[in-house]
Amino acid sequence: MSEYHLLLPEQLTLSNVAEEYALLRQDIRKARNGDTIILDCGRLHLLDSAGVAMLDQFNSLCQQRELRLIEEHCSADIGKIKELFHFSAPTSKKHAPRPSFFERLGQRGYALLGHLSEGLFLISNIFYWAIVSFFNKRLRRQGEVIRQSLQIGLNALPIIGLIAFLIGFILALQSAVQLRQFGANIYVADLVAVAMVSEMGPLITAIMVAGRSGSSIAAEIATMKVSEELDALQVMGIDPLPYLMVPKFYALLLTLPLLTVLANVIGILGGMIIGVTYLNIEIIPFYHEVISVLRYKDIMIFLVKSITFSAIILFTAAYFGLKAEGGAEGVGRVTTSAVVASIFWVIVADSILGLIFYFVEPVF
Amino acid sequence: MIKIHNLHKSFDEKVVLRGVDLDVFDGERLVIIGRSGCGKSVLLKHILNLMQPDKGYILVDNIAIRKVGQKDLFFLRKQFGFLFQGAALFDSMSVAENVALPLVEHTDLSPAEIERKVAEKLELVGLPGTQDLRPAELSGGMKKRIGLARAIVMDPKYVLYDEPTTGLDPIMAASIDKLIIDLSNQLKLTSIVVTHDMQSVEKVATRVVMLHVGKIIFNGDVQALHQSDNAVVNQFVSGSIEGPIQPKPVKY
Ligand SMILES: Nc1ncnc2c1ncn2[C@@H]1O[C@H](COP(=O)(O)OP(=O)(O)OP(=O)(O)O)[C@@H](O)[C@H]1O
Ligand SMILES: [Mg+2]
Repeated sequence: MSEYHLLLPEQLTLSNVAEEYALLRQDIRKARNGDTIILDCGRLHLLDSAGVAMLDQFNSLCQQRELRLIEEHCSADIGKIKELFHFSAPTSKKHAPRPSFFERLGQRGYALLGHLSEGLFLISNIFYWAIVSFFNKRLRRQGEVIRQSLQIGLNALPIIGLIAFLIGFILALQSAVQLRQFGANIYVADLVAVAMVSEMGPLITAIMVAGRSGSSIAAEIATMKVSEELDALQVMGIDPLPYLMVPKFYALLLTLPLLTVLANVIGILGGMIIGVTYLNIEIIPFYHEVISVLRYKDIMIFLVKSITFSAIILFTAAYFGLKAEGGAEGVGRVTTSAVVASIFWVIVADSILGLIFYFVEPVF
Repeated sequence: MIKIHNLHKSFDEKVVLRGVDLDVFDGERLVIIGRSGCGKSVLLKHILNLMQPDKGYILVDNIAIRKVGQKDLFFLRKQFGFLFQGAALFDSMSVAENVALPLVEHTDLSPAEIERKVAEKLELVGLPGTQDLRPAELSGGMKKRIGLARAIVMDPKYVLYDEPTTGLDPIMAASIDKLIIDLSNQLKLTSIVVTHDMQSVEKVATRVVMLHVGKIIFNGDVQALHQSDNAVVNQFVSGSIEGPIQPKPVKY
C-alpha cells in the first residue's frame, strides 16, 4: 500500500479545471486498490463552482477505484465554498410515466397505418408504371421480361412438378380408401381434379414461387438498396420501380399461371396413378370424369387466384426489399420477412377468394 | 450554381448537420474536408435529394430541389454525375454495361457510338480494355475508377466526387486528381470533391470548406487553410494527435 501526495494549485477555476483534472488523473494512474491519496489544499485560495465540481468528480473517481482520499490543509474559506457548491445527487427520481394501454394501442395502430399507406403507395406506383411502360416503348428494357420469366419459371419447373405430383398422389390415396368402402371409386377423379385446380395447384405453386423467387427478388432489391445501387440509379435519372420492378412484375404475371397449369396437370396425373393402380379405373373413364367435372368456374378461380398471388409475391418482395437497412444482416432480415409475409398474404388471399367464389358465380 | 441554406439533418437521436450554409459557384472546384463520420456524404446526398433535410433548403440553378416534381427531378439529376463512396456499381452488369447505362437509358446513340464513348471514358480513368469484366472481379480502387467513368459519361454539368482517391495508390491518386482538374477546365464543369487526402486538396481545390460537428467552420482557398488560426482546422491540416479534437471514439 502506498501513498500519493498531490498538491493542488493556487487556483481552481473554470479556466484550468480541465487541465488540472487531467493532471490529477495522470498522477493516480498507477494507484491500486486501498492506496491512499492525499490532496494538499494548502496553496489553494481561489475556487469556483467548476473547481468544486472537479473535486467532486475526482472524489467519485477515487471511490470507484477504491482509493482512500484525504484532503489536507483546507482553509475555512475554501471549506465554505466547497460546502456551498457541493453537488448532491437528487434523492428522488421521477420516472417517465409508462404509456397506458390505449396509448400503446394507438401507437401500434398509427405505425400500422403508416406501413399500410406506404404499402398502398408502392402498390399503386408499381401498377402505374406497369401500365405506363406497357404502352411506352422507351421505358421497356429489351428482353428483360423474358430473362426474368426464364429465371422465375424455368428453374422452378422440376420442383413444382415434383411437389404437385406428390400432392395429387397423396390426395388420391387418402380419399381412395374411403371412397372404396362405398364403391364410389370413380369420384376420386372429381375430387383430385377439383381440389388441384381450384385450391392446391394455385396455392402450392404460389408458395413455392414465393419461397424461390420472392426471396430472391427481395434479396436482390435489398442488396441494391444497402450498397447504394438504387441511389446510383436515381442519380442517373432512372426510376428503380419501372426499371427493376415492372419487368419482374410482368414476368411473375406470365409465369405463375403457366406454372400453375403445369402443377394442375401433374397433380391430376398423380391422382390418376392411384386411380389406375389401386381403384382399377381405366385411364379413359378417369380422363372423361376429370373433363366433365371441371367447369368454367374452376378455371376462372385458378386464373384469378394465380394472378392475385403473383401480384402479392411481387409487392411483398418489393416492399421489404426497399425497406432494407444496414449491411448484409439487414438484407437477410428483410428477405426472411418478405417470404413469411408473402406466404401469409397468399394464404389469406386464398381463403378470401375461396369464400368469394363459393357465394358468387363469376359472371364473365 | 448550388445554394445550400441552413440545412439540418438528424437520424433519430443523432444530429448530423446543424445548419449548413454553402454556395457552390459555377466552374469552381470546391473541396469539402472534415473528419470521418462528420456528415460529408450525407451533405452530398442532400444535393441530389437522395436524402431529405429536416430543415433548410437547397437550390440548384435557382430551382428548389425538394419542390420539383418527379419528372423534373430526373431531368435535374441528369445534369449531375455522382461518384459514390462505395462506387455502387451494378453487380449484375459488366463494366461496359455499367458505364453505358445512362447513355442507353437517356440518349439515342447507336450501340457503336456508345461503345466508343465508353471506351473513351475508360481510357480516361486509366482502365482501358476492362469492358467485359464484372464488378466482382475488380479491386476496390478499380471499382472507384469505373464509378468515376460512369459519373462523367453523360458529360454532366456538376460532378460530385465522394472520396475519389481513397484506396488508390499515390500515382493513381495523382492521375485522378489531374483528371478532375482537366475535366473541370475543359468542360467547364463544377466539381464538389469530398476527401481526407490533404495532398489532393492542395492540388485540386480552388476553394476549401471544412465541415465540423454539423457546421461549416472554414471557407477559403488553400492558402487561407494553412494560415487559418482555427485550432480545429490546424489540427486537421497537420494531422496531429494533440489539439481540440481528440481521436478517441465519440459516444453516439
Ligand atoms: N442512413 C443513415 N441512417 C442513420 N445514420 C446515418 C445514415 N447515414 C449516415 N448516418 C450517420 O451520419 C453520420 C455521417 O455520415 P457520413 O456518411 O456523411 O460521414 P462522412 O463524413 O461521409 O464520413 P467518411 O469520411 O468516413 O465517409 C455518421 O455518423 C452516420 O452514423
Ligand atoms: Mg462519406
